[in-house]
Amino acid sequence: MPKSKVRPPRQPMPLQEAQERVKNFTEVSLGYTEEHAILEASRCLSCKKPLCVDGCPVEVDIPAFIKFIQEKNYSQAIAKIKEKNNLPGICGRVCPQESQCEKHCILGKKQQPVAIGRLERFLADETSGSGQQSEQIPSSGKKVAIVGSGPSGLTAAADLALLGHKVTVMEALHTPGGVLVYGIPEFRLPKSIVQQEIDNIKELGVDIQTNTVVGKINTIDELLSGGYDAVFVGTGAGLPNFMNIPGENYNGVYSANEFLTRTNLMKGYLFPEYLTPIRIGRKVAVIGAGNVAMDSARTALRLGAAESTIVYRRTEKEMPARDEEIEHAREEGVQIRILTSPVEIIGDENGWVKSLVCQKYELGEPDESGRRRPVVIPGSEYEMEMDTVIMAIGQGPNPLVSQTTPDLAVNRHGNIIAEEATGKTNKTGVFAGGDIVTGAATVIQAMGAGKKAARAIHEYLMR
Amino acid sequence: MFKIVEKIVLAPSLKLFKVLAPEIAARVQPGQFIILRINERGERIPLTVADFDRSRGLLTLIFQEVGRSTKDLGKMEVEDYILDLVGPLGRPSEIANLGRVICIGGGVGVAPVYPITRALKQAGNEVISIIGARSQDYLILTEEMQAVSDRIWIATDDGSAGEKGLVTDILLQFIENNKPIDLVIAIGPLPMMKAVAEATRPYQIKTLVSMNPIMVDGTGMCGACRVVIGEETKFACVDGPEFDGHLVDWNIAQMRARMFGKEEKMAMETCSCGGDGHCQNQK
Repeated sequence: MPKSKVRPPRQPMPLQEAQERVKNFTEVSLGYTEEHAILEASRCLSCKKPLCVDGCPVEVDIPAFIKFIQEKNYSQAIAKIKEKNNLPGICGRVCPQESQCEKHCILGKKQQPVAIGRLERFLADETSGSGQQSEQIPSSGKKVAIVGSGPSGLTAAADLALLGHKVTVMEALHTPGGVLVYGIPEFRLPKSIVQQEIDNIKELGVDIQTNTVVGKINTIDELLSGGYDAVFVGTGAGLPNFMNIPGENYNGVYSANEFLTRTNLMKGYLFPEYLTPIRIGRKVAVIGAGNVAMDSARTALRLGAAESTIVYRRTEKEMPARDEEIEHAREEGVQIRILTSPVEIIGDENGWVKSLVCQKYELGEPDESGRRRPVVIPGSEYEMEMDTVIMAIGQGPNPLVSQTTPDLAVNRHGNIIAEEATGKTNKTGVFAGGDIVTGAATVIQAMGAGKKAARAIHEYLMR
Repeated sequence: MFKIVEKIVLAPSLKLFKVLAPEIAARVQPGQFIILRINERGERIPLTVADFDRSRGLLTLIFQEVGRSTKDLGKMEVEDYILDLVGPLGRPSEIANLGRVICIGGGVGVAPVYPITRALKQAGNEVISIIGARSQDYLILTEEMQAVSDRIWIATDDGSAGEKGLVTDILLQFIENNKPIDLVIAIGPLPMMKAVAEATRPYQIKTLVSMNPIMVDGTGMCGACRVVIGEETKFACVDGPEFDGHLVDWNIAQMRARMFGKEEKMAMETCSCGGDGHCQNQK
């Protein structure tokens, strides 16, 4: 820790021990105590021109809320966050602060940055996310339909409700939250936290209709002609990619979405008390190295796998997952094979996965993304015994809305085309944001898109 | 919450529910399915819609008790509420006047083939129906099918009703004597649909089947319901459930249907509280 005369060191996050936590689904990070939080808050320099705020996709006034923590005024502190962010308990846990607010923290130049995310989480937990202004918001008389209850939809819903619009959120699954409930595991984001934050949004007057598949039970055009003045589409990246290699349909090959949905949303880890099964076997390979891959590999260990291995084509430097997630995965015993990619899955006589044939790579010249392109080493194929293979190589856009809205412009991948600053699509009254527009990204980016769209929708409604 | 307003036991393990779901009933088309979840701990169960009454807002669901979840469902009674019900899902059947069509239903598969048969008849087709079951006790919707067919044949494994034998025996005879046939649609157990597809292949008769693989969300999100059509992997929930029977990879479909065989057995053995959440690990 760099020495500093007056400033305490960055307070570490208390964690469940790796050997313990790998046997349960309860949260890995235990959260700051009040003592930690006060100490950590005292490190903030309260910069006049706070760079951290520039790094925040939803522009939370970070120094202001930290100042309130210093004064132990937690209700004011959370209210300050909630001016911009209605999901602090979620963001405090899953935002990649190291590449956003904390990356810009001036302290980070010589020491370690203020642990902004941990403070945000502390506040959300301490106050159960309350602290919303409770005065009656005058109604605008306008109705907005939000398609999808993931991070972008919930954010847009809350902001629009605060502006006085009547908001209805339509969710295809039986529980609202989108990727926050089906994708991100309990041990990283407890579902009770998600529920709490959704309840807070409902208290703003937002109506959430579950079991409602827009594109099937109704269409965007019907929403617009049926009384809604605007529609926001935040349907996410809901169509898993596969590699199209031989053997991919053997039993024991899951998309990460299926694997995580069975485990998280359907509580397969409590089978047979909960009736949705999940079979894992002894040896598990997870293809890919994003956060979803790390979640899958760590979930596999908790379900009882003896070995869980990340298989990735590039090297650790290129891994899209957060450093913290990679680190936690390693601590728990997840193995990582870099410069390796599968070419075939081999099954046994019962149609179950038996092994994975992989190829080795080396790094060549940089590609258009600036990352060095992995190049196959000829003749490097080898076989690894496996019982389960999980494909975590990204998701495409869900097609249900665009299929039934032929005049809504999409790109060649099927992503809805929307203006970055406003979420405006080519169709009047229809806005879009989050993964359905950008392809799979982060929770906070989707929230940022929901926020911008809410602003633009408000302008559109009040024009 | 979705109220069960009518329950009929059609056969020992075959049950019919009419469920109040006005929005879905207003919208559903032949060939589409719904997914339901009995309670908080339940699986998401996909069921093809057997009929709908738009004016009364009712969906007819017919299911066979094959595992723990469908057994739990079968225990529900009139006035009970199903926690979640979502739909309509999947693509509707394409209904057109094609000429002479054969509609084949096997076992509980007669249920989803019925609204398609009715729609094909209404569209002006000459409709020939063939329905099959293990025995007379397991035959369902015979009168309803008769009412929407120009001719109907029945096949049972034991000869207790109609012809003794398989639906494909009747199908092959009929094809030989009544060419041309413009479309065959078959819904039933995988081996039956496969046999129908093999029977019509040499005659190059367009043959549609409705795939019912293991599913979770039913909206394309999870990819559990992969089926191989020609060389391509498709998702039955958003690309189907109907596919060209001549292009289906039946071996993969049969293999994937067995994916959770062990777990299904375990769920059957573990407890039988009826899904109310009161059971505690009784073995």
